[in-house]
Amino acid sequence: MATATTMNIVNRSATTAEMPIKSNPDIAVAKLIDESKCIGCKACQVACMQWNDNRDEIGSMVGVYDNPADLTTKSWTVMRFNEVERADGGLDWLIRKDGCMHCEDPGCLKACPAPGAIVKYENGIVDFVKDNCIGCGYCVAGCPFNIPRISKTDHKAYKCTLCSDRVAVGEGAACAKSCPTKAIRFGKKKDLVAWADQRVKDLKERGYQNAALYNPQGVGGTHVMYVLRHGDKPEAYNGLPSDPQISPTVGLWKGMTKSVLSWGMAAAVAVGIAHYFIKGPKTVDEKEV
Amino acid sequence: MSQGNEVQRYAANERWNHWLTAITFVLLAASGLAFFHPTFWSLSAVLGGGESSRMLHPIIGVVMFASFMIFAIQKFSDNVMRSYDWKWLGQIGDVLANRDDRLPAVGKYNAGQKLAYWAMLLTMLALMASGIIIWREYFSHMFAIDTLRLAALVHAVAGALLIITIIVHVYAAIWVKGTIGAMTKGTVSRAWAKHHHPLWYQSIDKR
Repeated sequence: MATATTMNIVNRSATTAEMPIKSNPDIAVAKLIDESKCIGCKACQVACMQWNDNRDEIGSMVGVYDNPADLTTKSWTVMRFNEVERADGGLDWLIRKDGCMHCEDPGCLKACPAPGAIVKYENGIVDFVKDNCIGCGYCVAGCPFNIPRISKTDHKAYKCTLCSDRVAVGEGAACAKSCPTKAIRFGKKKDLVAWADQRVKDLKERGYQNAALYNPQGVGGTHVMYVLRHGDKPEAYNGLPSDPQISPTVGLWKGMTKSVLSWGMAAAVAVGIAHYFIKGPKTVDEKEV
Repeated sequence: MSQGNEVQRYAANERWNHWLTAITFVLLAASGLAFFHPTFWSLSAVLGGGESSRMLHPIIGVVMFASFMIFAIQKFSDNVMRSYDWKWLGQIGDVLANRDDRLPAVGKYNAGQKLAYWAMLLTMLALMASGIIIWREYFSHMFAIDTLRLAALVHAVAGALLIITIIVHVYAAIWVKGTIGAMTKGTVSRAWAKHHHPLWYQSIDKR
């Protein structure tokens, strides 16, 4: 169990001021989801609803166990059930708890135009600040994991907070607390990485040669990690990307485009003023006719 | 068409529409810049804050697009590039240095104005198309995520290019004296018309 951590902000959306950007590895927290231990009971979904006081609308059965069928503004985590045929003809039932990955390099934060609507704490948690959110949906474009959902009622973006309010007072995530098989663990990231290495070793000994820790470096690592029995093909787990990155389009949009064209606009004004003073106005002799 | 020392350049409905485009442009540029770069965030106050900017920007965008397209259709044939326009453009140094006596005779619009027309038309079309895609309230859910990302990039680039074009457009109106009256009272002086747009002046002088 984690002890209370500082909630210092190290990165903030739409802010030009210099910030540390990176989380502090000594206090960084994480959630580790061991897919091999998950029994698909959805206690985590219930705990998430209960702690965050979210009551989603009653949906309908869509033919699979996934319920609700997708993440919503009120369902911040969803169990994804995947029936995957093995090469030997057997069937794997792969269950993945989906939700925000709390990227070290968050695409949502990079894309967000509203100052302080998305923040990253020193402990690595990426949080949406409702008061500053304007509901534009740019975070949706920025996210490599298809996580944020925009409310049709209050037009704010919602996702898993990694129970930042619980973490601030030394508690772990509600989902981890509720998990009956301890498939979900919450704690210091470095401790959980070490623990995951043991789990991977154990799974390999039991025949899962490709077992691996999912902590994708394309987004700087994540503060929600998976132990996957089939770590060589994360896509089998409801399309979990094998090498997630902030889209190059988003990088261009929020990188060079912003600065080059801002200077371009300023230059247009400056050149106009300079031209007027150097060459003067264009006048017509009214007697020309 | 012509009365006394003044000649008509824009009818009342054209002027009214121009200023509708202009006012909506200012509101869109202010709120758009706020989304474009954090340095401009304070401009979101123009439309009453971030949330109302997010809500109003696309609606005002549709108004500007419609208003501009009416004007663009009316002025389409006047803005086709002619051979003398390319010659005029080749002498851009003379234009900027106010050596107007060396320039070839041009029609209702010179090559600079025509290029501004095409830049505005193309950026407006790009803004409308990409703007629909990133209009989360009604349309974004219909598009794939990569389309959405591309539209966001196109919208930002086209918006900035339109703003640069408008800066040039406004500067030209300030720089070339006697021009602004065309869009306020609707007329320009005969001397102005003959000096800057001789082929246009000939065509209306005959009438």
